Amino acid sequence: MAIEVSGLRKSYGELEAVRGISFAVRRGEVFGLLGPNGAGKTTTVEILEGYRERTAGEVAVLGFDPARRERALRERVGIVLQSSGFYPRATVREAVEHFGAAYPHPREAEETIALVGLQGREDTRAGQLSGGQHRRLDLALALVGDPELIFLDEPTTGFDPAARRAAWDVIRSLRGLGKTVLLTTHYLDEAQALSDRVAIVKDGLIVAEGPPSELSARPRSYRVSYQQNGSRVELETEDPTELLHRLTGEALARGERLEGLSVSRPTLEDVYLELTAEEESEEPAT
Amino acid sequence: MSTAALTWRQFRFERKMFWRNPSAAFFNFTLPFLFLIMIASVFGADRKELDILIPGIAGMSVLGTTFTALSYTFVFNREQGILKRIRGTPMPPIAYFGGVIASAVVNAIVQVALIVVIGHVFYDVSWPHDYLALIVFVVLGVIAFGSLGIAFAHLIPNFDAAAAYVNAVFLPVIFISGVFYSTKSLPEVFKVIAVALPLKHVIDGLHGAIVSHQGLGDHLTALAVVAGWAVAGLFLTVRFFRWD
Repeated sequence: MAIEVSGLRKSYGELEAVRGISFAVRRGEVFGLLGPNGAGKTTTVEILEGYRERTAGEVAVLGFDPARRERALRERVGIVLQSSGFYPRATVREAVEHFGAAYPHPREAEETIALVGLQGREDTRAGQLSGGQHRRLDLALALVGDPELIFLDEPTTGFDPAARRAAWDVIRSLRGLGKTVLLTTHYLDEAQALSDRVAIVKDGLIVAEGPPSELSARPRSYRVSYQQNGSRVELETEDPTELLHRLTGEALARGERLEGLSVSRPTLEDVYLELTAEEESEEPAT
Repeated sequence: MSTAALTWRQFRFERKMFWRNPSAAFFNFTLPFLFLIMIASVFGADRKELDILIPGIAGMSVLGTTFTALSYTFVFNREQGILKRIRGTPMPPIAYFGGVIASAVVNAIVQVALIVVIGHVFYDVSWPHDYLALIVFVVLGVIAFGSLGIAFAHLIPNFDAAAAYVNAVFLPVIFISGVFYSTKSLPEVFKVIAVALPLKHVIDGLHGAIVSHQGLGDHLTALAVVAGWAVAGLFLTVRFFRWD
C-alpha cells in the first residue's frame, strides 16, 4: 500500500474538519478524493503531505508517518499544492534544476520539462507564464525528484478545456510510469476520467468509495425504464436480472413490447449530487 | 546533495535572483549613498559631523539590507506559497534559510565596505582602526536585524502592507539611533528608547572601529545589547515562523 489512513481525525478548536476517515491507496493507483469545498479533502491531504498534524488516527505514507517530516519520505513524494508561486524571475529551466538538486536521483531537467509539455518555454521566466503554463511548472517541480507518490490538489482548477485535457494526459502518463497519484478535485468528469478509485468526502467523513463506474449511493443502484401508455416508467433495483425477467415475462404474456427499455447505472455525477446535495450551502469554505 | 552544498546552491540562486531585479538592486545599493551625499552636501558637514554620519549610514545599511530586505522577502515568499512549496521538498529548512540569509549578509558587507571606502576617498574619513571590531559589529548586527526581520514578517499580514509595517519600524529607529546626527541632542525619552534598541549600539561600535580608536573592550555594553537582540530575534523567528 502506498497510503493507509485509518480513523483520521482533525479538529480546529471546536470545529472537527475530519471526523474519522479511513482509506487505502494501492501502489500504482490513481485515487481521487472528491467532495464539496470545506468537506475535509484538503485537510486530509495536507496531513498526508506532512503540513498539518492530525488530532487522532493512524496514517502511513510509503510506510512513514508524515507528521515526523522525515527527509527520506519527502525524497520519494511530489506535491502539487492548490496555489503556490515561484520566484517570478527564475526561468523554467532554472526552477526545475534548482528543485531537482534537493533529491537523490532527480530526473533530467529537459526530460521533466518535456513530460509536462513546457518544451519551448525553458527560458521563460516563471512570472511570465500563463496560468496553465504555471500549473505545468508546478507539476514539473513536483516530478523532478522522480517521486513514487504524487499529491495533486485540484491540479486543473482554472484551466481552459484544452489545458485540462493536456493535464489529464500528463496524469495518465504518470500512471503509465507506475506512479501512485492521490488526486483531489471537485470536477466529477476529472475524477471519472482519471481515477481507478474515488472516495467522496462530505462533512469530514467518507460517504462512498470505489471505482467511479461502480460507485453507488444506495444498494438499489440499477435504473430500469421503459415507455408505457405514452409515459416513462422508472424502476430502481438491486437485481436487474430478476426485475427484467419479470417485466419482460409479463409483457410477453400480455403480447406487448416494452418500448424504449433501458437499464442504466447512475453516473458518478448522480451519485455525487445525491450524496452531497443536502446542506451543501451551509458548508464552511476551506 | 549535502546540506552544505544545498545551502551554497540556494545562496547562488538568491544572488542570481537579486540581480535579476536590477531596479531593486540599484536602490538597495544606492539609497544609503544618496543619503550620505545629500546630507553631507546639504548640511555642509564638517569633520565632526562626517565622523558621525559615516558609521551612522553604515549602521543604517546593515539594518536596511537585513531587517527590511528579509521582512519583504519572507512576506512575499510566504504569500506566494514559495515557503510552503519548499517545505514539501527534501530541501532542509536550514539550507533554505542559510542561503537566503547569506545573500542578505553579502549585501550588508558590500554596503558597509563601500561606505567605508567612499567615506575615506571622498570625505577624508580615516580607514577603520579596528577591523575586528568592525567585523564583529557588522556580523552581530546582521544576526540581530536579520532574525528580527524574519520574525517581524510574522506580524505582516500581506505583501501590500509590508512597506507600511517595515517603514513604521525602520524610519523612527534610524531617526533616534544617531544615523544622521549625534544622539546627544535628542530629547530624553527618545534616548531611552534608542538605548534599548540595537541600532544605536551597532552604530556606536562601528563609530569606535572606524573613527574613535575604540575596540571591542570599550563597547561591552553595546555588544551585550546587540547580542541580546540577536538571541531574542532568533528565538522569535523559530518560535513564530509561519510557512503559510
